[in-house]
Amino acid sequence: MDIIKLTAAGIAEKIVSGELTAVQVTEAHLARIDAVDEKVHAFLHVDREGALAQARAVDEKRARGEKLGPLAGVPLALKDIFTTEGIPTTVGSKILEGWIPPYDATLTKRLKDADVVILGKTNMDEFAMGSSTENSAYGPTGNPWDLTKIPGGSGGGSSAALASYEAPLAIGTDTGGSIRQPAAVTGTVGVKPTYGAVSRYGMVAFSSSLDQGGPCARTVLDAALLHEVIAGHDPLDSTSIDAPVPPVVEAARNGSVAGMRVGVVKQFRGEGYQAGVLQRFDESVELLRELGAEIVEVDCPSFDLALAAYYLIAPSECSSNLARFDGLRYGLRTGDDGTRSAEDVTALTREAGFGPEVKRRVMLGTYALSSGYYDAYYGSAQKVRTLITRDFEKAFEQVDVLVSPTTPTTAFAIGERADDPMAMYLADLCTIPTNLAGNAAMSLPCGLAPEDGLPVGLQIIAPAMKDDRLYKVGAAVEAAFTERWGHPLLEEAPSL
Amino acid sequence: MTVTELVPYEDALASYDPVMGLEVHVELGTKTKMFCGCSTELGADANSQTCPTCLGLPGALPVVNATGVESAIRIGLALHCEIAEWCRFARKNYFYPDMPKNFQTSQYDEPIAFNGYLDVQLEDGEIFRVEIERAHMEEDTGKSTHVGGATGRIHGARHSLLDYNRAGIPLIEIVTKPIEGAGERAPEVAKAYVAELRELIKALGVSEARMEMGQMRCDVNLSLRPNGTEKFGTRSETKNVNSLRSVERAVRYEISRHAGVLNAGGKIVQETRHFHEEDGSTTAGRIKEEAEDYRYFPEPDLVPVAPAREWVEELRGTLPELPRVRRNRLREEWGISEHDMQSILNAGAVDLIEATIAAGADSAAARKWWMGELARRANEEGTALAELPISPAQVARIAALVADGSLNDKLARQVIEGVLAGEGEPDAVVEQRGLKLVSDDSALGAAVDEAIAANAAIADKIRAGKVAAAGALVGAVMKATRGQADAARVRELILEKLGVEG
Repeated sequence: MDIIKLTAAGIAEKIVSGELTAVQVTEAHLARIDAVDEKVHAFLHVDREGALAQARAVDEKRARGEKLGPLAGVPLALKDIFTTEGIPTTVGSKILEGWIPPYDATLTKRLKDADVVILGKTNMDEFAMGSSTENSAYGPTGNPWDLTKIPGGSGGGSSAALASYEAPLAIGTDTGGSIRQPAAVTGTVGVKPTYGAVSRYGMVAFSSSLDQGGPCARTVLDAALLHEVIAGHDPLDSTSIDAPVPPVVEAARNGSVAGMRVGVVKQFRGEGYQAGVLQRFDESVELLRELGAEIVEVDCPSFDLALAAYYLIAPSECSSNLARFDGLRYGLRTGDDGTRSAEDVTALTREAGFGPEVKRRVMLGTYALSSGYYDAYYGSAQKVRTLITRDFEKAFEQVDVLVSPTTPTTAFAIGERADDPMAMYLADLCTIPTNLAGNAAMSLPCGLAPEDGLPVGLQIIAPAMKDDRLYKVGAAVEAAFTERWGHPLLEEAPSL
Repeated sequence: MTVTELVPYEDALASYDPVMGLEVHVELGTKTKMFCGCSTELGADANSQTCPTCLGLPGALPVVNATGVESAIRIGLALHCEIAEWCRFARKNYFYPDMPKNFQTSQYDEPIAFNGYLDVQLEDGEIFRVEIERAHMEEDTGKSTHVGGATGRIHGARHSLLDYNRAGIPLIEIVTKPIEGAGERAPEVAKAYVAELRELIKALGVSEARMEMGQMRCDVNLSLRPNGTEKFGTRSETKNVNSLRSVERAVRYEISRHAGVLNAGGKIVQETRHFHEEDGSTTAGRIKEEAEDYRYFPEPDLVPVAPAREWVEELRGTLPELPRVRRNRLREEWGISEHDMQSILNAGAVDLIEATIAAGADSAAARKWWMGELARRANEEGTALAELPISPAQVARIAALVADGSLNDKLARQVIEGVLAGEGEPDAVVEQRGLKLVSDDSALGAAVDEAIAANAAIADKIRAGKVAAAGALVGAVMKATRGQADAARVRELILEKLGVEG
């Protein structure tokens, strides 16, 4: 039995039955990290001792005859954007180098309470700004399918950890596609839950009105199990939804599209889409039809404005959210030689601590919010946001879910778009509208693009608080594809 | 910098018409901060009342304090404002080390309360209506202490100490519309407004509003326009004017200063000014090279506040009588002049006197003791009347003892002294100090007999009808009883024994 290739559900079952111990499982994954992470660079920090202590606690619980939760003892890779008490949290930035948070994020706490074993913190684009993880201050992460390619971003560390079998579960955050796009380009599953479903308390903010934490896994059911652990109302987050979590696990166990109406968004194809991506997408739509879904073309004209609106709203909010990084209270402090003023030290700290993409967005946002420009930029962007929300509402009057390619192309080469921000931003073309409207979406593998042999993601989009529909449709698609391919897609990835 | 020639106040008013705007910040007396669960208690060790949220640590989020919102709505209602059906917080972005997030969570174009007024009563009883633009919710900043500079300001300091205990304490900022038409009474109106507002805040029970503790802080905006013109002049903004007297002086000073600048053909610079308690002057703050751009935008970490109309009406039902209305009612009930009422108000004795009356004293006695002996004692000890260790109930008891003849004023003062010294309830003090008036006829009889015997000549005069001469004998009896005799009863006894009608 190859422990690292087991699903999270499979591991949990074997720990409960006694076939495996949590310590064995954790050791196997730590060994895998030791073996491959030098090449992949998915982790920024591995918490070996902490993980083993958590695993031991699970085994002791079982020995005492206590009931174990559905993911007890399952290892997880945590995106380095969630605070972890006593464990470094850098958000991929130099400006937080050396900062040890004094508190756990709500999500971290929930994982611990569910006895999930946190292996460590994963690499990411600095402050979650990017689509390739190249913007990490700590170096890029490789895509396990081809280490010269990007693993997506900003959560490239989490997706690469899954695709390289360093962890069966991971956590991402999705502001414009940072869970879904990495899932798509690594052949894994990623879900951006409805905005407000997963607490943001302790998740370092990039763009507060768009940021949403969510589950990453190799199977739809594993993602659902993790979704159920991390979602739910949190009184510490005002924007957290005070309602029961949709029945995602039940949906994942009962995949079906029979009788469902599935919308194909007209706007999500055309120039800039790779042929192989569109080919796999069209096959997915055909598969849905075969599985009993009714396919409807829907028109969402405002989606064409989504990228522009996003690049005003997200930078605006980040320009304010990142203002606190001034070198005075925590993290990096540069140039404090006793002769300089607080303002000068702050300027030098930011100069040294923030990377170019972060500086670019802070400047964009500061400009967009400034007096005289606010209405034209931030104000207009908010109007577009309303229009996009209406397009979704209209679409969901006709259909149960929408589908699209997750990202217009497969993984591009590391360095290829590094100097072309606009090209980089296009990677999130299909994922951004969902963040602006606050509803839910999933990416799951739908094959390899014929021209480059790299994974293609299928995006499923559901209305807010109907996250269970993602899992119902996702599980059906996953089962059908796996049957067609004869194995999970990830088995086709080269061994590292 | 050239020194501006101040124009005498009356001369300034002869040419110019002042327009004021007052911005008052009130620290709410909630138990916890506006956006987190930290205590708001004053005087704790630096940075001991902080958490990830009020320290602005990465990832931390705010949650609105419901009591803070309730207080804001009650203040708004008491100021006759409309209460927003839906409003949001906004971020005010600017950099300062005592603001942990480098933005202040405030409200911008959607305040919780707007369009109200407060009627204030001037010393001669005239009512002046001050229109309220808005009242909005926000959070306080931390406190910086700049060490090593000459001025205590950040400029020139060697280092600064930061205490974030105050960061996140709820504030309500109350902004007036431009106050026009006050004319020469502008300083008085400003002072009366702040005083009335303070009374109102206290009556609502939402803050102790102690200006000396920084719980209530006032910014004074002032401009002049030539008499008979409409267009506002350029204003100055005098920050942190933190006593009633200072508010009055700041307005007066700025009127004289503006007139001086304008008379000399100069232009008023729109600037922040500091007020100086020592001489009542103001000086320019740091000149900003460019206008501060706060880049306000709706706070995405907080959901909008949408107070249900039923709740707002429920809160309206909890409003206390307006301080001015109450004062006028009490003044009539007590039958005193405007001037006397003002003195009582200035002494902080309104509540005390009312409570003393409620405890059974008549209003004249309650006023007499609080405004007389007790005011003197408070003054001597440099403390507020309310801080004296004597309760309205105790004062009422002392008044009752005087009324039933058990004590005279002199003895009552000794009882007060005893209560203030912690000797217990008035009756216990009377008991322990042996202060009861001797009105027992048999005990007094002997003293009266002795006095008559010792002053036979006077006694004869009285027998002959010179009743006024009885005073001398009363004095002798009082002396013999060391003042503890009831003088009126002594007189009666003397006249009785000498067979004369009183």
